Amino acid sequence: MAELRDWQYLPVAGAVRPEDAARPLTGGWRTGERPAVDLPKCVNCLLCWFYCPDSAIVLDGETFTGFDLDYCKGCAICAEVCPVGAIAMVPE
Amino acid sequence: MTDVRLLTGGEAVAHAMRQIDPDVVPVYPITPQTPIIQTFAKFVADGAAQTEIVNVESEHSAMSAAIGAALAGARTMTATSSQGLALMAEIVYIAASMRAPIVMALGNRALSGPINIHCDHSDSMLIRDSGVIQLFAESAQEAYDLTVIAPRLAEHPDVLLPVLVCQDGFTITHSAEPVTLLPDAAVRHFVGDYSIPNDVLDVARPTTQGPFAMPDYYYEFRRQQAAAIEASATAFGELASEFAQLSGRSYGEIEEYRLEGASTAIVALGSTAGTVKDVVDELREEGESVGLLKLTSFRPFPAAAIAAALSGVDFVVVLDRADSPGATPPLHAEVAAALYGSSCELSGAVYGLGGRDLHPTHIRALFAGAAPSYVGLRGDPCRV
Repeated sequence: MAELRDWQYLPVAGAVRPEDAARPLTGGWRTGERPAVDLPKCVNCLLCWFYCPDSAIVLDGETFTGFDLDYCKGCAICAEVCPVGAIAMVPE
Repeated sequence: MTDVRLLTGGEAVAHAMRQIDPDVVPVYPITPQTPIIQTFAKFVADGAAQTEIVNVESEHSAMSAAIGAALAGARTMTATSSQGLALMAEIVYIAASMRAPIVMALGNRALSGPINIHCDHSDSMLIRDSGVIQLFAESAQEAYDLTVIAPRLAEHPDVLLPVLVCQDGFTITHSAEPVTLLPDAAVRHFVGDYSIPNDVLDVARPTTQGPFAMPDYYYEFRRQQAAAIEASATAFGELASEFAQLSGRSYGEIEEYRLEGASTAIVALGSTAGTVKDVVDELREEGESVGLLKLTSFRPFPAAAIAAALSGVDFVVVLDRADSPGATPPLHAEVAAALYGSSCELSGAVYGLGGRDLHPTHIRALFAGAAPSYVGLRGDPCRV
């Protein structure tokens, strides 16, 4: 754990810049199911990327390539919004 | 050439807003604040200010929008009264904690209930611990002047806090008096451009604003806020000096009125100070050694200045235009703390709730030590 800072050395109002943010892996919260993609079906509409409430959708440039399960909570929103049924939730 | 106009306090503040020309004003109407925003909206409609007025659906939304605007890099002002401030209160705390330098005109009005539209200071007292700066005007002129000073105070790099300029509802907001306006260009030059050291919202440099703070950091952020409002006293002094050079009108965190050699002093906020000054003049004429201590700054609370100003006074009477049921009223309690260890005799009285007038005869009784703890109330003994 990083050393805790005294109040005089905190950013005003605690605004956090990306480079200062701790990046704890939150995928451990996932409960039971994870998304799986059938890539040949994917039309790269990126709805899953827009809707994902975390940063679990991985792009290569502007092309969907898969999931970063370190940040996936298993909420299944990506599977719900996929217009072509390319994403399914599967048991861990 | 001096520009003196017959203006109500509400109109005077609207002129200050026109001259400041803030970028964004999210606001919701409420009596007795409405003349402020009504007059200002006409200025904007006539092209006299370039402000984006956001007609929100409540005061809760007004302050929420104000935080977003201020932290997106826009100079932001708003206005409210009473129930509006009560509805806004949740977000007022957040504005202070996010260090959003919003300037707000407050037309002081009694909180419900019973519902009432007239002046007392219960709305200000509701948010006294929110971390915002509260300055009290005695007159329309003071409301105008303090509003001109307020953006610089709010945006001062050592401060970065909301500033409320409080004026008594109706007594000041709706009463016309001669008000000297500064030239538009002078106000524009005095307030300058909006520039704050915060990381403002910028897609090129993304930040998280207002993050969650666990027990390991919440306490440190609260201390950071306390340090900011403590530092604001020095900033106000510097800005008041600069404003005095511009306008010839001087302000301090307190105003001492004929306290030299006074054995009895009244402590008061807002328009009542004007009435007390008249009575002080009469009593001094009659040979009584009386004076007034007016607080312009209620937050931060100028405890050291109060103690120094009252150091030679034998009897101090603190007037509270708000009650604290079951406890000592707020101003009385805080002045008592400031004078702790002093040899003076301290008493306090509540007055003027819900717009009840305070007459010179009441003030004479207060100076004579003959007033009850609720002045001007029917049903109390020693009624004056």
